[in-house]
Amino acid sequence: MPDWLATLLISLLKAVLVVLGLLTTFAYMTLIERRLLGRMQLRPGPNRVGPMGLLQPAADAIKSIFKEDLTVTLADKLVYTLAPIVAIGMALTAFGGLPAGPAGSLFGENPWVYNLDTGILALLALTSMGVYGIFLGGWASGSKYPILGGLRSSAQMISYELGMGLSLLGLLMIVGTTSFHGIVGWQAQNGPMILFQSLGFVLFLISSFAETNRTPFDLPEAEQEIVAGYLTEYSAIKWALFQMAEYVNMITASAVMSTLFFGGWKGPQFLNALIPGISDWPLIWLIVKIAFFLFLFIWVRATLPRLRYDQLMRFGWKLVLPLALANTMLTAAFLAFRGSGGLWFLGVLSLAGVLALLVLSDRVRTLWNQPSIRPEGDIVRAGGD
Amino acid sequence: MGVLEIAKGMGVTLGKLFQKPVTVSYPEQRATLQPRFRGRHILTRHPGTNLEKCIGCSLCAAACPAYAIYVEAAENDPAAPVSPGERYAKVYEINMLRCIFCGMCEEACPTGAVVLGNEFEMADYRSRDFVYAKEDMLVGVTGSIPQRREATRLGKPVRLGFQLDGGQPRAELEGVKYP
Ligand code: SF4
Ligand code: SF4
Repeated sequence: MPDWLATLLISLLKAVLVVLGLLTTFAYMTLIERRLLGRMQLRPGPNRVGPMGLLQPAADAIKSIFKEDLTVTLADKLVYTLAPIVAIGMALTAFGGLPAGPAGSLFGENPWVYNLDTGILALLALTSMGVYGIFLGGWASGSKYPILGGLRSSAQMISYELGMGLSLLGLLMIVGTTSFHGIVGWQAQNGPMILFQSLGFVLFLISSFAETNRTPFDLPEAEQEIVAGYLTEYSAIKWALFQMAEYVNMITASAVMSTLFFGGWKGPQFLNALIPGISDWPLIWLIVKIAFFLFLFIWVRATLPRLRYDQLMRFGWKLVLPLALANTMLTAAFLAFRGSGGLWFLGVLSLAGVLALLVLSDRVRTLWNQPSIRPEGDIVRAGGD
Repeated sequence: MGVLEIAKGMGVTLGKLFQKPVTVSYPEQRATLQPRFRGRHILTRHPGTNLEKCIGCSLCAAACPAYAIYVEAAENDPAAPVSPGERYAKVYEINMLRCIFCGMCEEACPTGAVVLGNEFEMADYRSRDFVYAKEDMLVGVTGSIPQRREATRLGKPVRLGFQLDGGQPRAELEGVKYP
């Protein structure tokens, strides 16, 4: 077999494995999420199908495959079918670039599907493409609520993408590379990035919640206002594909946060003293970190109510974006003028920013939640002359 | 501080994660109902004479907002009366698919014959099986039509999926005992 063919086949195999892994995780995420939400609401959650409800995902899969696949008369047939495929395709593609271990550690192969120098940029670009799935899905449904939901979520995702991208700039300036390997390698030498970019991390975390359309930012699916948003006219497997895309995006966001801010596939170095080489084991550390963030996503969903749409937009534009800019400026200024100062000072500054945000959280609240009491003379009378 | 409130809320949900669920696994465990719960109707009898209380006056049918009740009265045979009055209900049917369990029939009844009990497990496959006749509702009959059918099939006594808080049905349900 020629060399290029072998590489191609192995890459394909890895891609299939990643897709299978992601979809299995998605399936069990739905179960775990429902169980955890149930327990947090003092009920057992789904426990009927199989032992402890473990076969529930299989039942759900069978159901969504065999359900009637409706297409609305007014729908643009091609785009209507294409939209969920775009959404899930982009979501799955984005994950492949994330390294899960050191080079050659997975049976002599590299534990990633593709390796780009533009790692994080490519990933952000791919996840942004997912907006097309949502927007086109809403538009092609040929119905009112989906288009409202689709427009809303595109506006939301585009707005928060700014905050998301900008909150990473500081990190990229410190590390000096956009490749995930470079970033993980840098963190192995200097300690996890969260120590130096806590403000950036907080902003990135908030933006990821908005990007993946999770509570408290799950506006696209606000039942009370727009039925199910862009999903309204979708049924059966197409609907399931959109759900998959949402969960896969969540997994990707968790993986990105672990990779960028928590040392990626590398475990804590001090454990090496106990078991030599444990921090270099592939997969395990990344999975543990992803699991932690996924739990955070569920936990927040169980706790926080949804924001109003105008609050969401103001929150993004008036708080997240300026703060991300400020974080970028701060890091840039520090790097330009630090002379021989250590990076820890930047960490302290960043932490001070987070603390200031915590302390001032009531004050900044007026930025997005204006009290709506009008002064007496200000009332507009209907039909006035 | 606004963020602290969020943190407090997160703490509450995390704490609940380790608490025992308050719901019961219903078909295996029995649900606990309050005695005032309004479920399937029961036609009661006079305790001493064992005669049916219903005198076939159709007031319940007139009061029913869902037109769920059908009564056909007949003259009592003085030698072997069914009810203490002049007439009794020859046919007494309630369509449980129409019934909204409002309890108006119970309020309208001059003799306290029709009383809403606590049974609620009436799900079935065919519409005609939701029309409950007198034999299905007279006091002493335990379980709904599908429950009794199931019990006959298995040769076991009817198992109700609920228990009453306090154990006793309310006083209007004269002679009713729930296992
Ligand atoms: S409970 Fe209400 S709806 Fe049902 S039969 Fe009685 S009066 Fe009619
Ligand atoms: S149940 Fe009561 S109201 Fe209805 S017919 Fe009998 S006596 Fe009259």
